[in-house]
Amino acid sequence: MTQDSKQRIPVNESEPNSRQLTFEIFRFNPLDPGSEPHFDTFTLEETAGMTLFIALNLIREEQDPSLQFDFVCRAGICGSCAMLINGRPDLACRTLTQALPSTIRLAPLPVFELIGDLSVNTGKWMHGMSERLQTWVHTETEPDLDAMEAAMEPALAEQIYELERCIECGCCVAGCGTAVMREAFVGAVGLNKMARFRLDPRDERDDGAFYELIGHDDGIFGCMSLMGCQDVCPKALPLQTQLAFLRRKMAFAGI
Amino acid sequence: MKILHTDVLVIGGGLAGLRTAIGARRRGLDVSILSLVPPKRSHSAAAQGGMQASLANAVKGYGDNEDVHFADTVRGSDWGADQDVVRMFVHMAPKAVRELAHWGVPWNRVQGGKHNVIINGQPVTLEESEAAHGLITARNFGGTAKWRTCYVADGTGHSMLYNVSDQAIAANIPVLERTEAMALIHDGQRCYGAIVRNLMTGELFAHTANATCIATGGFGRIYRISTNAVINEGMGAAIALETGVATLGNMEAVQFHPTGIFPAGILVTEGCRGDGGLLLDGDGHRFMPDYEPEKAELASRDVVARHMEYHIKQGKGARSRFGEHLWLDIRLLGEQHINHKLREVKEICQYFLGINPVHELIPVRPAQHYSMGGIRTDAHGQSPQLQGLFACGEAACWDMHGFNRLGGNSVAETVVAGMIVGESIADYCLSEAGQGMIDTALVKRFLQQEQDALDGICKSKGTEKASELIKQMQTLMTDYVGIYRDGTNLQTAVSELKSLLERSERVGLQSSAPGVNPELVMAYRLPRMLKLALCVAQGALNRTESRGAHTRLDYPQRDDSQWLKRTLASWPLGASSPTLNYEPIDIMKMELPPGWRGYGKKDFIPHPDADTRQQQVDAIHRKTQNRFERQQALLPFHHLLPEKFHQNNARFQENSEGESP
Repeated sequence: MTQDSKQRIPVNESEPNSRQLTFEIFRFNPLDPGSEPHFDTFTLEETAGMTLFIALNLIREEQDPSLQFDFVCRAGICGSCAMLINGRPDLACRTLTQALPSTIRLAPLPVFELIGDLSVNTGKWMHGMSERLQTWVHTETEPDLDAMEAAMEPALAEQIYELERCIECGCCVAGCGTAVMREAFVGAVGLNKMARFRLDPRDERDDGAFYELIGHDDGIFGCMSLMGCQDVCPKALPLQTQLAFLRRKMAFAGI
Repeated sequence: MKILHTDVLVIGGGLAGLRTAIGARRRGLDVSILSLVPPKRSHSAAAQGGMQASLANAVKGYGDNEDVHFADTVRGSDWGADQDVVRMFVHMAPKAVRELAHWGVPWNRVQGGKHNVIINGQPVTLEESEAAHGLITARNFGGTAKWRTCYVADGTGHSMLYNVSDQAIAANIPVLERTEAMALIHDGQRCYGAIVRNLMTGELFAHTANATCIATGGFGRIYRISTNAVINEGMGAAIALETGVATLGNMEAVQFHPTGIFPAGILVTEGCRGDGGLLLDGDGHRFMPDYEPEKAELASRDVVARHMEYHIKQGKGARSRFGEHLWLDIRLLGEQHINHKLREVKEICQYFLGINPVHELIPVRPAQHYSMGGIRTDAHGQSPQLQGLFACGEAACWDMHGFNRLGGNSVAETVVAGMIVGESIADYCLSEAGQGMIDTALVKRFLQQEQDALDGICKSKGTEKASELIKQMQTLMTDYVGIYRDGTNLQTAVSELKSLLERSERVGLQSSAPGVNPELVMAYRLPRMLKLALCVAQGALNRTESRGAHTRLDYPQRDDSQWLKRTLASWPLGASSPTLNYEPIDIMKMELPPGWRGYGKKDFIPHPDADTRQQQVDAIHRKTQNRFERQQALLPFHHLLPEKFHQNNARFQENSEGESP
């Protein structure tokens, strides 16, 4: 089983790449009366294994200490660092510069409130969506913590997790035609959550209750099936299948 | 002056803080939470592999119970833990898992019938009971006698965090997102809340409360190579230290995780090894059985990390342009298993290394991972020095981990401690002691002090750069206060850190941007991080023994005769270094007296009372009828728990006497 460990060459051992990278970065500080929205240009020498997390921190340390951006886990799991990378919403921390052309244009996600430069308030948006859609298990029963847990089909638990992998990064909202036009649209992130709770037998809500929450144009019927959400989802969630399924169920629930 | 007030102020919106807040809220208290980031972005989300709880539903968990979990945790801690706290924890862990199941966590479940697994490098067929079909299953983890780690694929922390965070939204608990606690308001006796900075606008305000709870996680970012999120800078522990009153326990006890991907240090879960993955050296040789015949890759983290570093020093590492490393091999687990149970690991490998772990080896090397030390609390989660100040989770030294935490015991601690401390806080707030006047002049003084400090940094003509000093601190910590330590290097670290702390007073800014100003943030966090680093380095220098993750090359043995005690660091106001005191750990109260851990080094210097205590314990074993009675006679702990949590845990195949087939 250990034969080929010596033969393979991992990516981080490839020859150093000495490209000069040009970063065009959106700048605007809403708290500074003198600030106007514009792009600033920075150049940086590319190093092996460089991610946008590494590049942006270098730019801030060495060239402009006022640059604002958000990183938390820097491992592609927390959803803090979504931005437009050459026009496409994606997670900056796990984007390798070697996958990009030498000119890299970075802008904040649209739709969300701008805090400054590349930092947007996805947290506020997601919190509002969770309150509106009541994205938690609704149950009238109090758990008996001393007793055996209720059984659940192993495959069902896995299905629920499949939908729960969403990291609320906001890419699907930024990539959505409806979200740009309808401020109150709950986005694929919200609809996917409804699909997740609908699937969960611990949630006692029926389709009528879900219809109340999403049976309108700011919910499931606002989706134009452009599939932008699924194209840009960093977790590759099956958003279109879920949304189509939910639309059918909600259409029945509405009759 | 802007003052907000609630009964309870929780600082930190990760799992520990959220669960504490929910507990206090359910007792009818007004609670608010401060969080550096939206709660669902907290570092709790990074816990991949699972949460330990002795449910004993899966066949390899049969016979597991609180006693076995207790012994594993105490051995893991190298007898540094508070055994009554460990008892509280192992009793609560099954309740916590079941509460989370009720709240929506889609725990992986037992599939009745036969299934194939990899154990010790070999394929094995296990047969699960049909009667257990659909119950919560568990995987194997390091340092455990049973398969006890409940999991949701390798997104356990994510799933727990999302469901608990949604419960906090359901309970209508306000979270002040993107805010930072800058100082605790206190009068030397009691804590009254915190001075807070808004990290979107830069605004400074006071948030008072009758009870304040710090749940801000660990301080891994004082190291250069760490699996921790970039927000894990230990600011909660630091502002507690800066009161000059509250103490930090065992700061020298720092965990290094065996499998950070190389060189970025991003975590791949212990579940990789728990599920059968192997560690290979530069020659493709599986080396861990050479060092640890009993547990191999699944000894405790401190032991595995030490052997890995030692093996590299012997010239056995694989070489790359970034330096030397070892390999993690999960190819033998197969594509199906990796795609379902280790999918986050697969994604991390694809995105950060450009490899597919189904077919390729993962380059790994130990990286700083966890802070066993933190704000010292009593068993109820309250600071013994500063009334009204509570702490829980990684930010606290409660102290159930001692000198080495077992994998799967940290996310478990967050929710268990939250369940207990939420009740303690409610009890406190509803008691006579929890009432009291808040002196607005005192609040104003603290607010002014913080404002002056920030203004001072902004106006400073100093030429030092905070980002540069932080890098130097991180390099010192990784190079001199890492896995292998010795007196000379630790002395160097202490003096260099002191000099960095002096230089940090001369930090100047280039940017005067209105709002949060990221450069200012770094500048005011720098001295706080340096103070924590000094507590770690000084604690490590003074502790002339090796215990758990604290390894001294010049004092290789665990020394129970001298060091069966906990370090308590405080930072007197105006001092330039921490003051260290020691709190004895009473061997005569131990349910499990010190011995060999079952892995790692076999020689240690015994405590003079070890034999006496062992004889007492043996006598109690002989006298008592069942495990509950025996446990009660050895170390009663129920009085430390809220009454509603006193009941025994039901378990698959276990009768009311605590016996299982």
